[in-house]
Amino acid sequence: MSNTQIVLTVAIIMGATMLTRFISFLVFPAGKETPAFIRYLGKVLPAAAMAMLVIYCFKGVDLTSGNHGAPELIAGLAVALMHKWKHSMLLSIGGGTVFYLVLIHLVF
Amino acid sequence: MERKKLAAAAKAAFPNTIPILTGFLVLGIAYGIYMKALGFSPVVPILISIFVFAGSMQFVAGSVLTAAFAPVSTFLLTLMVNARHVFYGISMLEKYRDLGKKKFPTIFWMCDESFSVNVSAEVPEGVDKGWFYFFVSLFDYSYWVIGTTLGAILGQFIPFDTTGVDFAMTALFIVILVGQWEKEKSHISTLGGLGISLVCLVIFGADNFIVASMVGIVLFLTLLRRPIERRLEE
Repeated sequence: MSNTQIVLTVAIIMGATMLTRFISFLVFPAGKETPAFIRYLGKVLPAAAMAMLVIYCFKGVDLTSGNHGAPELIAGLAVALMHKWKHSMLLSIGGGTVFYLVLIHLVF
Repeated sequence: MERKKLAAAAKAAFPNTIPILTGFLVLGIAYGIYMKALGFSPVVPILISIFVFAGSMQFVAGSVLTAAFAPVSTFLLTLMVNARHVFYGISMLEKYRDLGKKKFPTIFWMCDESFSVNVSAEVPEGVDKGWFYFFVSLFDYSYWVIGTTLGAILGQFIPFDTTGVDFAMTALFIVILVGQWEKEKSHISTLGGLGISLVCLVIFGADNFIVASMVGIVLFLTLLRRPIERRLEE
């Protein structure tokens, strides 16, 4: 690619990314009544979106080969249990990450 | 007065972004190194991080930029990779409604991480919500740009293996999901989101499952609207 084409490609990626971020706010602007169905989605979608995001984090895990995703799944479960138990963000995230590092660098 | 308000919001926002600080610095550094390895001058990844600010798409952009110029398919590919932002937008319609001048940057900086913190955060009493959302987003954005810059310029001198440190972000999302689980009146949406995404991941594979999951989730929530609304009203 020439430099002009690189700049154009980056501009296209920027424009399309902005479109995905702004479109909901453009279609349902502040001044106008948002349809009831969209308000309903606004209420229930966050839960499903967070769930999808967690699955998204595990998308690179290969269950069929290597260590079968064991470090990711074990550490992920440990974070969830730790948080259910102690409810400390720092402990769950910091402890979970250190645990994961130990698993991939020392155990598996 | 105004300055005090800003400082209070920034102070309340910062601790919520610490896991993202580690994750983004590491990923940003990795991105800077990756782009350098593809042969780009450090300016390219830094500018992409400033103007695009979308982690997975930026890695894809690396391979797009080393292939032949293809504007239309680049546009469509970007829409697909970033489609989940539409979900976040609908979820944040109310919260980001009255942000005034802060609205544009806060939406521009909306990413998986700023969404997950802002959608679930309980903003402390007396702290301005709008400025809180703004600072969470701004901090996340700065970590990413700083990380990329460090990686692009100093990347090859990092003396230790940072593989796996970005698990902090996975842990953050799990923690938020657990917190959400304990608060919600009905688990239908969470369970539906987990199940549908998992099934779509198995069927469509890592590169294609997000759009399918989004369609599936909207269908699921549409079909179950009545029972879910009934449960929410109880």
